[in-house]
Amino acid sequence: MAKITFVTSDNDTIITEATTGSVMELAVQNKVKGIDGDCGGVCSCATCHVHVEPAFWDKVGAPSQLESDMLEFDDNVSEYSRLCCQIDVSDAIDGVVLNVAK
Amino acid sequence: MSTETSNKICVVIGASHAGVNFAFALRKEGWEGDIILFDRDPEFPYHRPPLSKAYLTSEEGTQQDLLFPKQNYETDKITLKLGKIISSINRKEKSVTVSDGSVQKYDKLVLTTGARPFIPPIKGLNSAKNVFAMRTAEDALNIRKSLNKDHNKVIIIGGGYIGLETAASLSKLGASVTVLEREERVLSRVTAPEMSTYFKELHHKHGVSVLSNKNVTSINFDNNINEVQCDDNSSYKADIIIVGVGIKVNTELAEEAGLEIENGIKVDANCKTNDPNIYALGDCTFHFNPHYKKYIRLESVQNAVDQAKIAAKSICGKAVAYDSIPWFWSDQYDVKLQMVGLSQGYNQTIKRIETDRDNCQSVWYFKDDELLAVDAINNAKAYMLGIRFIQKNQKIDKLKLSDVSIAITPTSYI
Repeated sequence: MAKITFVTSDNDTIITEATTGSVMELAVQNKVKGIDGDCGGVCSCATCHVHVEPAFWDKVGAPSQLESDMLEFDDNVSEYSRLCCQIDVSDAIDGVVLNVAK
Repeated sequence: MSTETSNKICVVIGASHAGVNFAFALRKEGWEGDIILFDRDPEFPYHRPPLSKAYLTSEEGTQQDLLFPKQNYETDKITLKLGKIISSINRKEKSVTVSDGSVQKYDKLVLTTGARPFIPPIKGLNSAKNVFAMRTAEDALNIRKSLNKDHNKVIIIGGGYIGLETAASLSKLGASVTVLEREERVLSRVTAPEMSTYFKELHHKHGVSVLSNKNVTSINFDNNINEVQCDDNSSYKADIIIVGVGIKVNTELAEEAGLEIENGIKVDANCKTNDPNIYALGDCTFHFNPHYKKYIRLESVQNAVDQAKIAAKSICGKAVAYDSIPWFWSDQYDVKLQMVGLSQGYNQTIKRIETDRDNCQSVWYFKDDELLAVDAINNAKAYMLGIRFIQKNQKIDKLKLSDVSIAITPTSYI
């Protein structure tokens, strides 16, 4: 079981728990504002952009080439940007905090 | 809002991408009354794009690919009536009749009836064995069940995205696949010749035969195998036949109810039909695209989701108007194709093959100086930049764009 915290652009904090699936699916399930996941999780729409809280970056890990290409020209990109459909829920990411991009 | 909608009923016909996303969006926008979705498909609503891709090759089934988890329907009080066919819309009474004879009243009705596979009138098709379309979870499951090592010759009629994706997936499962395309090249309706050549070669490299100018005229089932006959006198043996030659829009209910139809159900910028209490969304709509300044019909998940959000806001009294640049994607083998814009009417293409990466290309479609569309192969940068340029009507320096020594950045070609 992994505890994952989302902080929306309105500063709402949503604490969730899950064991499987993607972080995007978890966000949609919990109605996290700003995470749409329109393409269903195949890294095609960039509607699930989060900034990983820097302290947890190593836990979450870096994006793939495709994912970083999707993000590179985004106006709100940061060095901690990820598309959360590409992050799998597992014990390895227990405790992470993700800030939803504007 | 609460006083306005708490006693009201919104009925949705069609519980796929458009209908389901609409239902959740409507709740989010503040609708407090009932939301009831009908669909003839008995499966719990699922993502369609994976059917021809990951779903065919995985063991997990659509339960892994639900549009929304089951509990979200409960928490948002969205009622699903699956396996139910609507037989008519009664606009005067503001009700729909279900094929079992029951009647459901509505205050707002939303048509997300989508489309169904077009089955061409090929002689012998009805008596052929193991003929499938590829639109529903049932189709994908049946295809997977029919395929085994003694029963692995597959003919796919139609070289569009559905046909090519299905070919890639089935060949991965060990099938011997041949695609028969009627036109002189695959994907001819949607892409430039460069792209058709690229995908034909990609399939050949993976052992899938992609043949053009193959007009199927008849199918003969004999000796426990189908024989597919083309008008150039060639013929192909098939254990399994998959028909992917396009769709037919499900407009019949709307038409019988007297709604305006023109290459789909005609809607305004709020997705409203000519009846103020009836909206239509998704594949079934004929709608105006402000960027391309023309009426279009789109077969895409993005359009379904975008229109769902617009209609939900509009029904809840919020001012919005549809204004999207269309985008699409296709996965075949290890290739990711991403497309943005509408290329119809182009008179020039610029092809870039990036030299610093393997198998990374893009085709840029222009009409004179206007960038209309970009097709990107394993090149999300070109895709994302294409979205930005098209949205802004950015004028592009074509000479620089043609020069692959100039890397793709937001300012390289301005």
